[in-house]
Amino acid sequence: MLSVRLKKRQGAFELNIAFESTASGLVALFGRSGCGKTTTVNLIAGLLRPDEGSIRLGDQVLYDSDTGINVPVEHRRIGYMFQEPRLFPHLSVLGNLRYGDKRAPRAARHIELDEVVELLGLAPLVGRRAWQLSGGEKRRVALGRALLSQPRLLLLDEPLAALDAARREELMPYLARLRDRLSIPVIYVSHEFDEVLRLATHVVLLDAGSVVAQGDVASVSRRPELRAIVGPEAIGAVVEGEIEALDATSGLARVRVGEGSLSIEAEGARVGQRVRVQLLARELILAVEPPRGLSVRNCLRGSVRSIAPDDARSELLEIDIGGASVVARVTTAASAELALSVGRTVWVLVKTVSLRGRVYQAVGG
Amino acid sequence: MLLTDAEWVAVHLSLTVALRSVLMSLPLAIAIAWLLARRRFPGRTLFDAFVHLPLVLPPVAVGYVLLILFGRHGPLGAALERAFGVQLIFTRNGAALATAVMTFPVMVRAIRISLDAVDRGLEDAARSLGAGAFDRFCTITLPLMMPGILAGVITAFAAGLGEFGAVITFVSNIPGETRTVPLALYTALQSPNGNASAARLAVIAFTLGLTGLLLAELLVRRVHRRLGR
Repeated sequence: MLSVRLKKRQGAFELNIAFESTASGLVALFGRSGCGKTTTVNLIAGLLRPDEGSIRLGDQVLYDSDTGINVPVEHRRIGYMFQEPRLFPHLSVLGNLRYGDKRAPRAARHIELDEVVELLGLAPLVGRRAWQLSGGEKRRVALGRALLSQPRLLLLDEPLAALDAARREELMPYLARLRDRLSIPVIYVSHEFDEVLRLATHVVLLDAGSVVAQGDVASVSRRPELRAIVGPEAIGAVVEGEIEALDATSGLARVRVGEGSLSIEAEGARVGQRVRVQLLARELILAVEPPRGLSVRNCLRGSVRSIAPDDARSELLEIDIGGASVVARVTTAASAELALSVGRTVWVLVKTVSLRGRVYQAVGG
Repeated sequence: MLLTDAEWVAVHLSLTVALRSVLMSLPLAIAIAWLLARRRFPGRTLFDAFVHLPLVLPPVAVGYVLLILFGRHGPLGAALERAFGVQLIFTRNGAALATAVMTFPVMVRAIRISLDAVDRGLEDAARSLGAGAFDRFCTITLPLMMPGILAGVITAFAAGLGEFGAVITFVSNIPGETRTVPLALYTALQSPNGNASAARLAVIAFTLGLTGLLLAELLVRRVHRRLGR
């Protein structure tokens, strides 16, 4: 388990954060560029020295300003994949992979070279040099090198940021596999909410050097603080559920969500699989009586839990659908006309086609 | 061959002196380049200027300072002789020392430029992979500095073949011991019928210098290619 409580001032910027992670799983540090994500991982790695605070990893104190403990970077045993691959140009891919491995204490070994080569598909690359690799390949090697240093914690600083869409898609499954196979916590820095939705088990939302929200993906996805970071059009609650049934003729799958279910397009899905669906606030339609005669495939019954202002003309309503919640954007005018108020029963409508590209495999699903 | 025995001795001596001077100065040049590139300390600018001083001083002045310091009764010369029985004045090792001092700035400069070009991010990466300071320097920094080290060594070697003023002032012009190619060339010019010998030695000096510089360029290119630059 990792526990972080840190303060660091850099010029006019002040970082003041506290968060914890579980023993394994992926914690996403999410926020806009310049909010202090990279500074945070550099502080955890030990490359920057905090002004104040403490870092604990498992039962070891890595840093504590009160007792003066500050374990040097090279003894922290934290795997760090930087924003740039930073492969050693004078060594082969194999030389790079082995660099940390050779320096790790024997007793700490928990990841073997063969395992990493297999996990990251590195077999065809091992004899090459760094400059002979593509951007995606370089990142896979950098990831493998960090893993082979036998770390107790893995820091991934925007590993996909510099890649084009195709390369990102190529690397994403490796990251997901890694998260499921590793027994150590992973801190994943990102400014793309999409990556968080696909990979994170836990989210720490950073804004201007402070933690503004943290929790599981579903709960953070409903936080109003997210609006300022992802923009008003991208907000939407995430719900998780299990696939109950597949319809071979329509190609649709039914996902149990709260007390209702959603129809999704899920190629290659199987019954029992857990998925994560993001329901964009702007795509949801509310009705105050059971609707009939519509093409909309999904209708979830729920009750209004809260109403928050969105902008001058609209409101954001959080709807409890029984064991889960969604957020809908409604114009203030419509809200007044329907007399929407907290506690009111509503039906949430969402088109199956509007969920395209917003269905993700749930962690461990 | 085309050269007389005495001329061959001078060529051989020049190569020996240049090689020894490079071996003497290389470790110190790397250390000082590192200090200048990576450390901030009071008096750094003055120290930097001091290291580069031989570039602008008359070589004879450098030789004179060495004579005072390392002469038989000089503070360092006397100590060396007492402690190790080593005598520098009037010896080829003395010639190597004078050459080393004169070519030192060239070497430090080349090494320092390559050190500045080393990506500190790679050192941080090595650090996060468990490498301590000395380990990092040997396995990452030093190999990445190799183009500059090679360039520095070869340029200093080539320049060292031709060092005249400091050598003749410090260790004099002793055939077989300190009479290197430039000193032999000077001696030939001083003698009434040394013109042919002077011409031969000038051609040798020219060839050695050019070969050294070309070799440096080729090697540096090769190392760069290996590093994928």
